[in-house]
Amino acid sequence: MAALFNVRKALGVVMGRGGVRCFSQLAELPEIHQMLRQTCRDFADRELAPIAAKLDREHTFPAKQVRELGALGVMAVEVPEHLGGVGLDYLAYSLAVEELSRGCASTGVIVSVNNSLYLGPLLKFGSEEQKEEWVTPFTTGEKVGCFALSEPGNGSDAGAASTVARQEGEEWVLNGTKAWVTNSWDASAAIVFATTDKSQKHKGISAFLVPLPHPGVSLGKKEDKLGIRASSTANIILDDCHLPLGNLLGQPGMGFKIAMQTLDSGRIGIASQALGIAQAALDCAADYAHKRTAFGAPIGKMQAIQFKLADMAVAIESARLLTWKSALLRDAKKPFSKEAAMAKLAASEAATFVSHQAMQVLGGMGYVTDMPAERHYRDARITEIYEGTSEIQRLVIANLLLKEYQP
Amino acid sequence: MARVLVGVKRVIDYAVKIRVKPDHSGVVTDGVKHSMNPFCEIAVEEAVRLKEKKVIKEVVAVSCGPQQVQETIRTALAMGADRGIHVEVSGKDYEALGPLQVSKILAALAKKEEAKMVILGKQAIDDDCNQTGQMTAALLDWPQGTFASEVAVEGDTVKVVREIDGGLETIKINLPAVVTADLRLNTPRYATLPNIMKAKKKKIAKVKPADLGVDLTSRVEVLRVDEPPQRQAGGSGTGVESEECTDTQEGLCLGDGPNQGGPVSHGDWDKPEPEPGPEPLCVCDPAPPVSTESEQWDTVL
Repeated sequence: MAALFNVRKALGVVMGRGGVRCFSQLAELPEIHQMLRQTCRDFADRELAPIAAKLDREHTFPAKQVRELGALGVMAVEVPEHLGGVGLDYLAYSLAVEELSRGCASTGVIVSVNNSLYLGPLLKFGSEEQKEEWVTPFTTGEKVGCFALSEPGNGSDAGAASTVARQEGEEWVLNGTKAWVTNSWDASAAIVFATTDKSQKHKGISAFLVPLPHPGVSLGKKEDKLGIRASSTANIILDDCHLPLGNLLGQPGMGFKIAMQTLDSGRIGIASQALGIAQAALDCAADYAHKRTAFGAPIGKMQAIQFKLADMAVAIESARLLTWKSALLRDAKKPFSKEAAMAKLAASEAATFVSHQAMQVLGGMGYVTDMPAERHYRDARITEIYEGTSEIQRLVIANLLLKEYQP
Repeated sequence: MARVLVGVKRVIDYAVKIRVKPDHSGVVTDGVKHSMNPFCEIAVEEAVRLKEKKVIKEVVAVSCGPQQVQETIRTALAMGADRGIHVEVSGKDYEALGPLQVSKILAALAKKEEAKMVILGKQAIDDDCNQTGQMTAALLDWPQGTFASEVAVEGDTVKVVREIDGGLETIKINLPAVVTADLRLNTPRYATLPNIMKAKKKKIAKVKPADLGVDLTSRVEVLRVDEPPQRQAGGSGTGVESEECTDTQEGLCLGDGPNQGGPVSHGDWDKPEPEPGPEPLCVCDPAPPVSTESEQWDTVL
């Protein structure tokens, strides 16, 4: 009797109080997740936050910190242990990205791109050989990957890929230009989407694994961005890039599906990054509200400031619950695209709203680099654009929503 | 082969603003964030390093308290301890638990587990007692190396460099011994995800103080708990010209007024002054004491 109880209890602990489908996890996280969250928060406070301003000013890739994060296990959260990862779930990944982004948003996106956009499709669509070659070396923080879907001519219109790939004997040859590739200058591999059969339109796109550096592949200049400046963003130019046949990921024509499914999960990562930025901005504003005095009292006593802080907190908390829910649904292997899109939409709009208001609370101090509010404002903006603009998210949500009401 | 017992205490997190209960019987702990005492983290780290150097074979983490201390033990397991012991103490007994009772428990466990060393944090950041290590050593009749900033096991002895008021003191003590960790002993590692996962599988044994023959009766009664006095604004004085005014003159320089200078730099927590209090691991800690000439090698006790 006692043994049975212990087994059930142990299972409950492993699966999180009665199974991953249990939404009581939204109220209190399982112990592993709490410990993981604490580790990431400590790392962010001690290793990332102190250098974030400098990394931003100097556009430096935090190589040392990324290696340390690899040792912590957060560069490959979902990767199974036999491939070098931790074998944890998406809720854990979401918590990790949020806490790290709270310290440094650039580091958050570097971690997110490696986990969701690079390792994600490999885990789902890669063969065993491909996984050994392209996954395991990218779990330690020594190497990071990137995801090349957008082009100068198309972003939201992902089906119009003009980068082409033709088969020549025992090789693929790729030609074209990819744009806005995060991590490009620091990556050792890229997942590149190219059209293999133009007549099939978006069903004629395929995904390829491209090592970096590689003959026939060059990088455009590093974009000079408004925010997340410690992560590199650049074009990837393919000029007769030859790849072995084994570098095709999945089947020919599967590329669009791979991209869309990958972005579904990536949305949870970006939502988490946006939450981290928003939380950092709120922390900054609330702290300031206690200390700054005006008209004889701390400004936190004034309703104008209180209403702002309350709205900020509500925006973050609701976006966080949406994000956790989408992660839990994904972990339970249930459909999660609508919730993930909602999470990304809510979190990114929360990030821009909260960082805007935080700067307002700080007044003049929010506008100068002495305080981190201006960096949060700049970092937040991109979350509404990349990995699916807010407009695309709305389309995704509306489509799935209307399907539910199909007469 | 050698086994080390490490005591870990669950305390209110160092970054939390402490509030006194309205009835002044103690501080508010309900719903307040708790974590492992920072000096205990350093103690665990040192024990795990000794295991990695293959000087000792097993690290056993011990904590006394209610169900929640298991989180603290599990953090120790995630840092590399091999197994845990949860000494169940709850309710009024837990409120009255102090260094005397804990040291009796640790002494009993050290004997039971045949430990070669007991490593503790030098003090806890909630009560600042700095007594448990010393009492445990006395109860066991073992030598002690307290305020350790360096620990080196050499065969059957331990060389301990201690941070004392006058500088650094090096002593050599025989095993088995009690060592208490000071701030600069090491930098505790992060609990990595793989280790957090592994910690789930490590065992935590439960034991009651009565099973160890320990009487928990306290000889101390807390009468009242109050907050430290509120920070006073500086005053404006008359008469001292700016050239003669130095910072050390207590707030009587011209121009000193309340809330001078706007906001404090981001991240600094407002603490009422004077602040003798708890020891977070802080950059503003004084520089380590300079080593004195006379490094004595004493075989103590």
